[in-house]
Amino acid sequence: MSDIRPLDRDGIAARIARDIPEGWFVNLGIGIPTKVSDFVQDREVIFHAENGVIGIGPAPSEENINPYLVNAGVQHITLITGAALVHHADSFAIARGGHLDLCVLGAFEVAANGDIANWAHSAHEPTKQVGGAMDLAVGAKRLWVAMEHNNKRGGGPRLRTTCSYPLTAKGVVQRVYTDIAVLEVTPDGFAVLDMVPGLTRETLQSRTEAPLIWR
Amino acid sequence: MIDKFVPSLALAVAGIQDGATVLAAGFGPGTPATLMRGLAEQGARDLTLVMNAGGRDEGPIADLLSTGHIRNLICSFVRADSVAGRLFAKGDLELEIVPQGTLAERIRAAGAGVQAFYTPTAADTILAEGRETRTINGRLCLLEYPIFADVALIDAWQADRFGNLTHRDSARNFNPIMAMAAKTTIVQTAHVVDLGAIQPEHVHTAGVFVQRVLHVPV
Repeated sequence: MSDIRPLDRDGIAARIARDIPEGWFVNLGIGIPTKVSDFVQDREVIFHAENGVIGIGPAPSEENINPYLVNAGVQHITLITGAALVHHADSFAIARGGHLDLCVLGAFEVAANGDIANWAHSAHEPTKQVGGAMDLAVGAKRLWVAMEHNNKRGGGPRLRTTCSYPLTAKGVVQRVYTDIAVLEVTPDGFAVLDMVPGLTRETLQSRTEAPLIWR
Repeated sequence: MIDKFVPSLALAVAGIQDGATVLAAGFGPGTPATLMRGLAEQGARDLTLVMNAGGRDEGPIADLLSTGHIRNLICSFVRADSVAGRLFAKGDLELEIVPQGTLAERIRAAGAGVQAFYTPTAADTILAEGRETRTINGRLCLLEYPIFADVALIDAWQADRFGNLTHRDSARNFNPIMAMAAKTTIVQTAHVVDLGAIQPEHVHTAGVFVQRVLHVPV
């Protein structure tokens, strides 16, 4: 275990960025996914924000902050040359209507059948924070998840046979990028696409609740 | 002569009744903060407020909720640590959480005269419990109804006397769709422009949806 160097949050984001080709239309959820755009510098990828922005650019400098221009996390952004702006119904038509080549979301848990839970810890939570995740999850052509492989406290698995948290959507995840591996959701379960150096198959399986398929 | 401009905040929010359903636009930018303050001061009670989010501890949403005039909040998320979250926890505020895309589409449908629609969003989640679903094209879908409203509070960058509006950058968000969905659409605009100054192809919200415009310089 001590030989493994898990990826940090930037490392997971950079690993995802490697797999995004030029020309894709991509939505990045809050958390680790927002950093993916930092690592897509050498090619043209169109980033969407659910509040109606097509073509998010690099973060503004202090002097260049436009108070009218924010992303889904209400953080200040810039636009790329060639950007477009739409209203909220059209923005979610983009999310829901199959126009995004890719959405990258964080998650609490992903199940081997592609179920994702990322909005509530319990069905009885006093308040609910749904936002746009459910629309994005059902509508994007591809859904990839960026998350830690295990819980920080206790080390419990987050790649499950069945999600224990309330679902965001059923059967929608194609790929999971964690701090130690990249997994693909297949009809037979999680298939391993990539592992960090030094990680053994036994260790990866021991940290994953669902059975793994080796290619 | 058609002239939608009103000379004061009091006149802008006059006539909003107790029990009204009020849409308030905004996603950070684009929030009609002055009109919301006017609504709080105007004193209408027992309101249903429809917004994207429940706000935090400060700001126009928190101030409006703190009046106790809002009975029911319809939005896509609420932070536990906020005025909204605490009012809900105490039982002083009813809460309906709607996925953000569904919220936008329910508002759009109301303005468009669409009486119901099916969406795959949330169909296989706990939000669908006890509600009508249908399998369409092989996907489980959830039946949703429009959110018809008495009043929409709108933020604009420019407005002319017909009520044609532009919205700046991402301040657009819910403004064009909420403007269509309410019986009375009330706008606060940063800039007043002459009729014809906004090119027809550059109008973001057509004046035909707008009833009152208040000039609130930035």
